[in-house]
Amino acid sequence: MDTEGVVAELAEKARVIRRHIIEMLGEAGSGHPGGSLSAADIVTALYFKEMRLDPTRPDWPDRDRFVLSKGHAAPVLYAALAERGYFPTEELATLRKLGSRLQGHPDMKKLPGVEISTGSLGQGLSVANGMALAARLDGRDYRVYALLGDGEIQEGQVWEAAMAAAYYALENLAVFIDYNGLQIDGPVNEVLAPEPVPEKWRAFGWHVVEIDGHDFRQILAALAEGRHTRGQPTAIVARTVKGKGVSFMENRVDWHGVAPKGDQIVQALKELA
Amino acid sequence: MPKIATREAYGKALVALGEENPDVVVLDADLAKSTKTIEFKKRFPHRFFDLGVAEANMIGTAAGLATAGKIPFCSTFAVFATGRCYDQIRQSVAYPGLPVTIAASHAGITVGEDGASHQAVEDMALMRVLPNMTVFVPADAVETAGAVRAAAEAGGPVYIRLGRSGVPVLHGDDFEFVPGRAVEMRRGLDATIIACGLMVAQALEAVEQLAAEGIEVGVLNVHTLKPLDVQAIVDAAQRTGAIVTAEEHSIIGGLGSAVAETLAEHYPVPMLRVGLRDVFGESGRPDELLQKYGLTADAIVDAVQSLL
Repeated sequence: MDTEGVVAELAEKARVIRRHIIEMLGEAGSGHPGGSLSAADIVTALYFKEMRLDPTRPDWPDRDRFVLSKGHAAPVLYAALAERGYFPTEELATLRKLGSRLQGHPDMKKLPGVEISTGSLGQGLSVANGMALAARLDGRDYRVYALLGDGEIQEGQVWEAAMAAAYYALENLAVFIDYNGLQIDGPVNEVLAPEPVPEKWRAFGWHVVEIDGHDFRQILAALAEGRHTRGQPTAIVARTVKGKGVSFMENRVDWHGVAPKGDQIVQALKELA
Repeated sequence: MPKIATREAYGKALVALGEENPDVVVLDADLAKSTKTIEFKKRFPHRFFDLGVAEANMIGTAAGLATAGKIPFCSTFAVFATGRCYDQIRQSVAYPGLPVTIAASHAGITVGEDGASHQAVEDMALMRVLPNMTVFVPADAVETAGAVRAAAEAGGPVYIRLGRSGVPVLHGDDFEFVPGRAVEMRRGLDATIIACGLMVAQALEAVEQLAAEGIEVGVLNVHTLKPLDVQAIVDAAQRTGAIVTAEEHSIIGGLGSAVAETLAEHYPVPMLRVGLRDVFGESGRPDELLQKYGLTADAIVDAVQSLL
C-alpha cells in the first residue's frame, strides 16, 4: 500500500479508537479522556503499523513491547488492544467496573497484551529499559516502545532511566513524549516547566526527533528513524493536543481526569463520526 | 563457631546460582563491593548491570527483565532498597507479581559506624505489608544460600535481608531451607524465643544462660517472615505458654508484630518483644550498638524472666 493509503487507514483506525475512548469513559463515569485522546494517533501508529505483534500469542517472545508509562491513558491502550484483536471490543464497556480486566490503570496480570502494570508515574521507562536489555541478552531483535506524559517527565526516576538507557546504548528502544502541554494543575510550563524538552533528552545521550504527534507521516518517519539509529535510544518528542478530536475537550485542562456524560458523549461521538 | 556475614554468603550463593541458571541476572546500584554482587560481576560480567546511584531505576529495570523471563536479583543497602524504592517495589514488582528478588545488605544497626542514615530498622515492616511479597531473614550463611535458591524458584517477588557483620554459622551443610517453615532450634517447656537474623544466635546463648537457672526455653528460628509459619508459632505458644520475640529491627511492624498478630488471633499468651523500641540507631561498633539498644542474649534472658 502506498503511504497515502496507509495514512488514510491509520486515520480511520484512530477515529474508531477515539470513539471507543469516549464511549468507554462515558460508560465508566470516570477516567482520563484528555491524555488518552492526545496519544491516540501515536498508539494507533504503533499497534496498526509499526509493532510486530501476534494477538493470538500475547506472550510470543519475539513480539515488540509497548509500555504505557502514563498509565492513566489506559483507555487508548485498551481500545487499541481490542481493535487489534486481543479481546472483544464489547469488553471495553466494562472499564473501571468491579470484576473487569480493564482496570482504571493497566494490570498486566489481568489483561493479555498489557506488558507491565503502570499507573504510578515515572516508572515505565525503567521497565522498558529492562525489556530492552533482556532482548540483548537473549539475542532477540524485538523493539521496545514507551509512552511518557510531559507532566510525567517531572518524575526524577525518568531521568535515572534516561541516563541508563543511553549508557547501555539501548538502540532497540524508542520513547514518545506525549507533549500536550497540560497537566492536572494547569499548563506544564506554569506548574513546573520541563522545557527545553528535546535538549534535555539530547543532553542525556538520546537520538531526538521532534514531530507533530497527530501527523501519521511524521510519526511513521520518526519510528523508522528510531529503527535505523545505532548505539542510542530514540526519544520522539511529539507535540500533541490534549483532548484531540473533540472540540470542547481540546487544550482544556479540565478534561484531564473527568469523563464525558449525556449530551457531551453525543456531541463528542458526532464529531468523531 | 566460625563467623560469616550473610552478605558474604549471598555473594557466593549468587555465583553458584548463576552457574546453574543462565536466566539469573544481577543488578546493583554502585555498591557491588559492599553487597558482594561483585563476585557475580566477576564471573558473569554480561549478566551484571550496575545502574549507578539510582536505586529506583534499578528496581524498574529488574521488573522489565523479569517480564522477559529473566530472574533478577537487585542489591543495595536495605535502607535504600526498601525506603527509597518502596513505590517502585510496590508498583512495578509486587503488584504485577514479578519474580524479582531484592537482596538487601547492611540491614539493621550492625551496619555500625555509618550511623542511622544507613541502618534500616524498618525494612522488614515495609516489605511484609506488600501483597505477593515473600520475606526471608536468614540467620546465617547456610540459610542465606537456601534463601537465594528459594528466591530463584519462588516465581514472585522476594525480599532477602542480609547483614554486614559476621554471624555464627548455626547449621550444617545438610540443612534444608524450606520457605515458610520455621526451624525449631531448641525445644523448651517454660517459654519460647522466636527470633530471626542475627538474633537467633543471641537467643541460643540466652537458652544456655537460662538453662543454668533451671529454666527450659525453646528457640524458634523464623527465617521466613512472610509467609509466616503460623502453626509453629501457635504450637510453641501452646507448649510453653510464654513468648519472647527477638529481632534486629523496630519492634513495630517486624517479627514481633507478626508474632503478636498471630498469637492475638489464634492463641494469646504473655509475650514481650526484644528489638529497637521505636528509635533510630547511631554510629558505633556493631557490638557496642547491640549492647546499647538491648539486642543481646542478656536482654532476651531478662525478657524471659520477667514473663515467668
